[in-house]
Amino acid sequence: MTSNIYDNFVASLTQSIHEWLYHVMPPTWALISEMTIIGLVFLLFYALVGLFLVYAERKVCAFMQNRVGPNRVGPYGIFQTIADFIKLLMKELITIKNSDKLLFNIAPFIVIIASFMAIAAIPFAKGLHAIDFDIGILYVIAVSSLGVVGILLAGWSSNNKYSLIGAMRSGAQIISYELSVGMSLLTIIILAGTMQFSEIVQGQEYGWFLFKGHIPAFIAFVVFLIASTAETNRGPFDLAEAESELTAGFHTEYSGIKFAFFFLAEYMNMFIVASIGATVFLGGWMPFMVHGWDGFNTVMNYIPPSIWYILKTGFIIWLMMWFKWTFPRLRIDQLLTLEWKYLLPINLFNILLMAFIVLMGWHF
Amino acid sequence: MFTKYIFFFLSTVALYSAIMVLLSRKPIHSVLYLTLTFFAIAGHYILLNAQFLAVVHVIVYAGAIMVLFLFTVMLLNLNKEEVSPKPVWIKIVAIIAGCLLMIVLIGIFRGYDIAIEKDPALTQIGLVKNLGQVLYKQYLLPFELASILFLTAMVGAVLLGKKEQI
Repeated sequence: MTSNIYDNFVASLTQSIHEWLYHVMPPTWALISEMTIIGLVFLLFYALVGLFLVYAERKVCAFMQNRVGPNRVGPYGIFQTIADFIKLLMKELITIKNSDKLLFNIAPFIVIIASFMAIAAIPFAKGLHAIDFDIGILYVIAVSSLGVVGILLAGWSSNNKYSLIGAMRSGAQIISYELSVGMSLLTIIILAGTMQFSEIVQGQEYGWFLFKGHIPAFIAFVVFLIASTAETNRGPFDLAEAESELTAGFHTEYSGIKFAFFFLAEYMNMFIVASIGATVFLGGWMPFMVHGWDGFNTVMNYIPPSIWYILKTGFIIWLMMWFKWTFPRLRIDQLLTLEWKYLLPINLFNILLMAFIVLMGWHF
Repeated sequence: MFTKYIFFFLSTVALYSAIMVLLSRKPIHSVLYLTLTFFAIAGHYILLNAQFLAVVHVIVYAGAIMVLFLFTVMLLNLNKEEVSPKPVWIKIVAIIAGCLLMIVLIGIFRGYDIAIEKDPALTQIGLVKNLGQVLYKQYLLPFELASILFLTAMVGAVLLGKKEQI
């Protein structure tokens, strides 16, 4: 195992904060303040990534459509999303008269919490994750499937038929596609032999699982890309908010910051899905290294792991944006046919193939 | 020490939301309270260091089954705040059945010494590797039988769905 020059940096930083906190206060309070710090850091991270992704999406969209995109607020329009969010913050929060007030108000928070919980398990660098579960992948699958409860409630409590139709579509879609996401990740779990994110990344030191598992891993990657795009309700699978049919789908009746929550959650879900894809298939924060090429590996090691992580995640996010702006939207029956008649059988067969290959030792 | 407070908090949430499932007037609120109950129970599993069980509990119950419940409630539009009056004999039967279940539960737990783990964080049985070993070695036959049962249920559901075409 080659040691990374940046490994000790994160570990010593967190260790010193940990020791200092336990030094100045009793253990219970130190634990609570550590949790608070982690929560605040993630909150800040969440907001920053959300702002950046909205800007990135608008620029990529503009690029695909041969436009300039936002270019007025700040250089290259980089402050455009901040201006938009200030505008959204100052808007009036309208609560519909005949809506179910309680559910209408908590629905955006359920969506946000679900995506917030998923970030906790993602490794950003060696030792840089909130919690390293024994069952990291399953945990992420579990919490990312909870957002749909918020979407269903939002659509239902608005007391608006467009919202309800949007929510129904979204529910059917997420229930179907989370199967495919889970199964494509399971294929890689068979190869990795563990569900813990840190061990999965460690297992990809010389060769990412996309290359190690060759054919079945590649099929799983393609299925994962399709299914995760669908699970995050993004185009071409954005039936839940099909503008031309449903005005805005499940969040038609929301205004101001609550609308912003849905908006932000969509981008954060995309980020989470992309980082899981990057971690499981493309090696996460692990630099690109080839066994035996020591000079090359040393050079690669000089690039910090977080940069690798951001590059890989950014690549998958860019792929998903590319999908959105180049494919036409599917119909609901085509969507369900794609999942249940094509992706799911392919996935089941793929798992068998992967198990066979791992048993025979035909992987790299 | 800290986990003790979490335990009490989770138990309170679980009990409160379980009672509210019965008491709330709107069916959709009941469904939500049931989801909350499942979450609190998942929290208990994590306190017992049974992470796999907790996560599967969330995936299956809170993720899949509750969403199906929500679907059904929304599709049938059960929003009316009316409680259909039930016949008296149904209430009596329900009370008797509940009491019988209580007696059975008491009977079960009186016979056993319930082993209390001193520190549940140290037990390793809930971790996925150990659980897999136990499931596929010690309890292989019941596990496979349960799988066949699920497969049968799945085939049955598809058959029911395709009723017209047969």
